[in-house]
Amino acid sequence: MENLVEVKNLKKKYDSKEAVKGISFNIKENEILGLLGPNGSGKTTTIGMLLGLLKPSNGEILIDGKKIEENRIETLQKINFISPYIELPKKLTVKQNLIVYCKLYNVLDIKNRIEYLVEKLKLEELLNRVTGELSSGQKNRVSLAKALINNPKVLFLDEPTASLDPEIGDFVRSFLENYKKEKKVSILLASHNMNEVTRLCKMVLMMKDGIIVDKGYPEELIKKHGRKNLEEVFLKLSRSTDELY
Amino acid sequence: MSFIRIYGLFLRHFYLITRSFPRILDLIYWPSIQITLWGFISNFFATHSTYYNNAVGVILTCAILYDFLFRTSIGFNMLFLEEIWSRNFTNLFIAPIKIAEIIISLVLTALIRALIGLVPAILLTSPLFGISLLDLGIHLFLLFLSLYIFGITLGIFVSAGLLRFGPSFENIAWSTMFLLAPFGCIYYPIEILPEFFQKIAYLLPLVYIFEEARSILIDHTVNYHNIVNAFYLNGIYLIIAISLFYYSFNKARKKGTLINIGE
Repeated sequence: MENLVEVKNLKKKYDSKEAVKGISFNIKENEILGLLGPNGSGKTTTIGMLLGLLKPSNGEILIDGKKIEENRIETLQKINFISPYIELPKKLTVKQNLIVYCKLYNVLDIKNRIEYLVEKLKLEELLNRVTGELSSGQKNRVSLAKALINNPKVLFLDEPTASLDPEIGDFVRSFLENYKKEKKVSILLASHNMNEVTRLCKMVLMMKDGIIVDKGYPEELIKKHGRKNLEEVFLKLSRSTDELY
Repeated sequence: MSFIRIYGLFLRHFYLITRSFPRILDLIYWPSIQITLWGFISNFFATHSTYYNNAVGVILTCAILYDFLFRTSIGFNMLFLEEIWSRNFTNLFIAPIKIAEIIISLVLTALIRALIGLVPAILLTSPLFGISLLDLGIHLFLLFLSLYIFGITLGIFVSAGLLRFGPSFENIAWSTMFLLAPFGCIYYPIEILPEFFQKIAYLLPLVYIFEEARSILIDHTVNYHNIVNAFYLNGIYLIIAISLFYYSFNKARKKGTLINIGE
């Protein structure tokens, strides 16, 4: 399968601190790659560079074969992002927000695109409500709709189910599984929910102190480290001082 | 350049304004109060000052012109700050929208915001004070255009600071206009300023604009030299401001401000 995201020797240095120290990985078409690591391991910095919000100090990122630094607008058209730490304008209705983002992403058939997402994410009753007045679960579904507004080839998810109750969390995970199957979208999932990662991700990268300390299939990692589940593997790698990979 | 994306960002702010009656009221309220106040001050000076006695509306006209500048500049900053306050900043900067498109969209929206506030206030001046801005004739348009360009230039300067330094730059956003006002010679001729301050004032387009407004209203003469100087300086500052905005964007991408500012 074709690599939709190629990351080569990516580094990011802020003044004296090196947050990401030369990491390389690929995300294939129709693949969900898990990005795990303790706080401060360089996950957010890596995602920031993949989204074009941060300029790498070294290395390169190719999205669908194009270097993001040289084709910023073209590559941003193909990707999207969801995080509980960013929000849509609170005073606008859900429908207004979706229309605005359809325009910003140059979506041609706005009516059909919104209808499709509204049906898939069960947003009918929320469309004319003010976004800021929604519950966190409802906001999460609306943010997901925004993240899919441009029919992205690559989706970056930063803790997409954080702060959601188990039922809504399960709805989001099922939705992502089905959407990936239907649209063959590639997904990078950064999460601290190990069950979620085990369920959704085919391949997992473990980051610590700006480097990838291990990678592999979840079952493979569990077996390799002699642990019962991915959470124990995460804890072992987070607490270890030696580089393993 | 995509007009759809420019329209999209305009629409985001248009929805915001039209959805909230208090917001519209806020836009209209302050210019109206300001202009009513200056209207009475203007009437007082017109009857008690030989300098102004042939031109009842000089102070009021200058107050309206300054308010337009103020609203345009603050309006631009507000639009930018709105994205930070609503935590929508990251969503905006990961959308495939060019910096030039962001600037154009905010420039247009800032104009509409300023006009929403100013048009009702201007309409008040005729029945309340018997003054019409149209006395400035066709030159009124040139003065407004010049102020509009300087207003958005200041807005771009401040937004570049917000982009580079984050929300901590917010206080500067509010104070810029107050810092420049004494040098702008809005209500008094430039000769009032000490010589050193005059040198600084001549570097700003404001002096030429307000000198010209007084020249037209008091002396009934048009000095195109002032108008050209104002546009010339505006052009220089606008180019510097846009360049600085691009520079700040690139710096923010290097320093990581775009990530921190958005969360």
